[in-house]
Amino acid sequence: MTNTMEKTACAAIIILLLAGCQTDSRNLVLATSESQVALRSIQSRVFDTTDKAKTQRTIIATLQDLGFVIDKADATLGTVSATKLNGYAMRMTVSVRDHGAKQTLVRASAQYNQTAIEDPVPYQQFFTALEKAMFLTAQQVD
Amino acid sequence: MKSIKKVSVFAVVCLSLIACQGGVPKEALELSPESLQQRQQQTRRFDTNNEAKLLTSGAQVLQDLGFTIEDSETKLGMIAASKDRDATEAGQVVGAILLTLLTKQAQAIDDKQKIRVSLITRPASAKETLVRVTFQRVVWNTRGQVSKTEPLDDPKLYQEFFSKLSESVFLTANEI
Repeated sequence: MTNTMEKTACAAIIILLLAGCQTDSRNLVLATSESQVALRSIQSRVFDTTDKAKTQRTIIATLQDLGFVIDKADATLGTVSATKLNGYAMRMTVSVRDHGAKQTLVRASAQYNQTAIEDPVPYQQFFTALEKAMFLTAQQVD
Repeated sequence: MKSIKKVSVFAVVCLSLIACQGGVPKEALELSPESLQQRQQQTRRFDTNNEAKLLTSGAQVLQDLGFTIEDSETKLGMIAASKDRDATEAGQVVGAILLTLLTKQAQAIDDKQKIRVSLITRPASAKETLVRVTFQRVVWNTRGQVSKTEPLDDPKLYQEFFSKLSESVFLTANEI
């Protein structure tokens, strides 16, 4: 009696645990866990330059230094997408746009395997590498 | 007996939690000490300011090597390409056969691979252009699972690529 009960309980726990992860995977199309504003500030920095093309080239060079292979780039849209494979798959899109008359805003968003990266640390690391290559300071967006 | 059950339930709980969330490795977006060496290995300097010519030759060499161009942006000096190839290795096949005989269970071996490459040109000075090329690959086994995702770091690979590019563009590929 106790044996079957234990087994049932065990099965129930496993099912609940699995269900706890996800109910409808379609919900993920428009899902973010961080608030949009918080996420945008984590992922964005401003540089004192107006040269968008040069900024994009520097982004490409930085991504290559970090071990990425560039997948796509568009000078008009200002986007660069790249993938790093190293026992895992990390994909990243970095976009560049005007920020006022004298500055350029750089925004990076990345996913690690099947998860969006919403932790500030990896983005800080990316912008630290980028500012070294830009010879400019990466400033927080006001 | 009961403690075994407790342990197994605990293990299941841990596994389920791990499955939900995977942490980003600390070094993933950090410049590593090897990154400078890798840059040197993957980059050559050409005595020309004709970026378009270098890109065109780069595309030719990639085509010669059987790559399909996936994307390009000449304004930024970028070509991305890939090729799908067989990934079966004789040593692995022999190993898998021996293991199968021992364990009586079919072993998965590497089956297919996708090799990806990006070629980036960048003006270095008024008369010089840098070309940096990076290769990586994904390998799937006979069960269709991803078995390897890795950068391709063999220096010979890069030497050979740049010697082909240098032939194609009629210019010497200088070390940086």
